[in-house]
Amino acid sequence: MKHLRPLNKKAARIGEMAASVTEEEDVVALQQSPGPRPHVPMGCTLSFSPGWEVDAGGGTAGLCQPVERDIYDCYVTCFWPVQVPDHVNYSPDWASNCAVATKDWRNLDIVFP
Amino acid sequence: MTNMMTHRYRRGEMHEFRAVEQDFMYLVSAGAIFALDEAASAALARLGEAEMTHPELVAALEEGGYGRADAEELIRELRLVQGIVSDDVVPAPAPLLTPPADFPLQALVLNITNQCNLACTYCYEFGADKIATPAGKKKYMSIDTAKSSVDFLLEQSRGRPAVHITFFGGETLMNFPLLKEVVFYATGQAEAQGRAITFSLTTNATLLTDEIIDFLSDNGIGVTVSMDGPPDLQDKRRVYKNGKGSYAVIEPRLRKLIARHKTRAITARVTLTDGVTDVIRIYRHLKEDLGFHEVGFAPVTASGEQAYSIGADGMEGVLAQFHELADEWLAYALRGQMHGFSNVSETIGELIQGHNKSHPCGAGLGLLGVGPSGDLSPCHRFTDADTHSLGHIDSGIDQAKREDFLSRGHVSAKFDCSTCWARPLCAGGCHHEAFVRYGDTGHANLHYCDWIREWTDTCLRIYGAVSALNPEFLERFAERKAL
Repeated sequence: MKHLRPLNKKAARIGEMAASVTEEEDVVALQQSPGPRPHVPMGCTLSFSPGWEVDAGGGTAGLCQPVERDIYDCYVTCFWPVQVPDHVNYSPDWASNCAVATKDWRNLDIVFP
Repeated sequence: MTNMMTHRYRRGEMHEFRAVEQDFMYLVSAGAIFALDEAASAALARLGEAEMTHPELVAALEEGGYGRADAEELIRELRLVQGIVSDDVVPAPAPLLTPPADFPLQALVLNITNQCNLACTYCYEFGADKIATPAGKKKYMSIDTAKSSVDFLLEQSRGRPAVHITFFGGETLMNFPLLKEVVFYATGQAEAQGRAITFSLTTNATLLTDEIIDFLSDNGIGVTVSMDGPPDLQDKRRVYKNGKGSYAVIEPRLRKLIARHKTRAITARVTLTDGVTDVIRIYRHLKEDLGFHEVGFAPVTASGEQAYSIGADGMEGVLAQFHELADEWLAYALRGQMHGFSNVSETIGELIQGHNKSHPCGAGLGLLGVGPSGDLSPCHRFTDADTHSLGHIDSGIDQAKREDFLSRGHVSAKFDCSTCWARPLCAGGCHHEAFVRYGDTGHANLHYCDWIREWTDTCLRIYGAVSALNPEFLERFAERKAL
């Protein structure tokens, strides 16, 4: 560590732990154990709709519509608290920092009512 | 679900301190000490004024002349050590976990007699605040009880390579014959098991003889002498039943002891009372005139305003003199020399380890007391007290009582301690002191809180100075509480 110098044994242990953290995970799949830090799931993952998100077998093959289409279901049935950003009328610049979704998806921020 | 939070950084729980013109932080949840460079100090100072979001903090640091990458790195470091936190999630209060029932013992205090040839007026065992109920109990421990205790210790300490027995009283040397037998027996038993055992005792020194001194020296037994200072201060309260002072009796004996017993440290334990608060004079006399290796001071344990209690003004004077000795301790340390003021040495040793105590001491955990009749207690201060018996040497530890004692004394059970930065080393303070003062071993020792914080801060500043100017010296302390 560059800015903090450990001065006792406890600090040395913390320093070692800090040095071994190479990549901080900011995205974790909920099926996996998120790790020791408190993990606050964001958005609609706080609620779970069995039958809609997974089929009876726990997969997505048997859904009535694919999850990729669920935005319609989300906002029409009021799961979303705000209007869906549609690049025209609502949150038109929501994706302005997201030129390439696979790289810039972290720049898509949450929309607030 | 729609209540989204903007994460803002704030300072983690810490105590910042300054020494030799450098900044340091003591992280409370870990007991860890870090030196801060200018950038870290600046970041913490900004967050001290207001909470900030990540971009705000980066911008603030950039304003201060730090590069962006550097600022990000700094914030990351501070976050990893929890110097800054941003969790808005309030963690559920940690469950009070009492140690498992088979937590290995490390030490026993054998109270080999509850009889004493002195009548020190402030004694916690016999004085106005006594909690012991010795009526009908044995006055001297029998060899059978003592041997059972040794066997008990060796059995309950499985896995530990070394254990310790402290002999206590009353006046310990009134049962010296038993002490000798126990040392022989215990040494033999430990050797047979391939383990190490060490011994120590506390005494008022009135009964020291050449034979005893030689025995203590030959067997490497540590000695603590309960003594209050030069003649006028010693004889104020450390008196025989007829009121006569004890200094004249112990002086020649102490000189012999210190001259001849070289295999272990000889320490003095001073009890400060009203009128016996001249810490520096006492220290000089005990350390320089008599030659003790170390001197430790403690204000007397009292329930309220006893005649011998130190008043608030008295304590201010005591603390001012503690500070003078602490300054001296630092000067010695910077020269690479050990100073004999235990109160600093002990704290520095704990700071090096980074202790983060769940309980104020090992009582009931790695330490148990055994009374002359074989009753188990959390420590020597609860000997013969029916209210705090934890079982008997023959029938073993009463786990229910032990768990009750330990859960009551856990730092997380003490509401007053929950926001105090000094709790890693204090954990609420002595169980016995709390019981005498508040009637509850689990009560935080509120009467000492300000002093404890001030004292811990003093020792932290010493620590900071030594780590900056003579860090090798601190390594000598790593082994201070060996085992």
